[in-house]
Amino acid sequence: MSVVVRTIARILVPVALLFGGYVILHGHLTPGGGFQGGAVAASAVALLLVAFGTSAVKGLKSPFAVLEDLGGVAFVVLGFLGIGYTFFFNVLAGSGGLFGAPVAPGPNPGFLNTGGTLPLMNWAVGFKVIGGLGAVVVLFALFGGGDDR
Amino acid sequence: MKRWVLLAAFLVVAGSLLLGAARMRPFGAPRLDLMDRYFNALSQGEAATNNVVTAIVFDYRGYDTLGEATVLFTAVVGVALILRRLKG
Repeated sequence: MSVVVRTIARILVPVALLFGGYVILHGHLTPGGGFQGGAVAASAVALLLVAFGTSAVKGLKSPFAVLEDLGGVAFVVLGFLGIGYTFFFNVLAGSGGLFGAPVAPGPNPGFLNTGGTLPLMNWAVGFKVIGGLGAVVVLFALFGGGDDR
Repeated sequence: MKRWVLLAAFLVVAGSLLLGAARMRPFGAPRLDLMDRYFNALSQGEAATNNVVTAIVFDYRGYDTLGEATVLFTAVVGVALILRRLKG
């Protein structure tokens, strides 16, 4: 692509990654979550592909595959944490530790250190979606033959 | 014969739809809001989250999210399988 597209992409890729991370991190407070933030962050990969061609994303296939596997395993392990009660029981909610602060009832702006296992699950699903959608984008790019357009 | 079967099927479907429309509740008045009130009242205490949607998606209906993650995994595996490079 042209110099204009490359320059804009250099600015927008970090912004898209940062916004995706924000949506995942605040998934238990604001609209959004793992799926949505992961899709936003994966759009940065598509932008990389459009602006810099196949050679820029060629090496990302194996890291994305590993990322998706780790995210899926982490999600299932977090679900098994509550197996003493039920599958996917929120054992960390209100426990006082990591993400375990109690929530005041009623409308309030929220506090990042709440939610129990929900923020951790958001991160697991977010990494899974980044890896999955990024791997799909890279696979489509590699199937196109590898010519930089 | 086929025409009469189709007419009967049409009458049954249209009749049930009209019956449902005639017995519909007024707009904006949920009849069964038991779960709504439950989530609004208790999700902050049970899931320790202000976002009730996240509490439902990841806590109350975690199985559903596990299925969604499996769907995504299956889609990625399908793409990788179809677009693989064949040797020779």
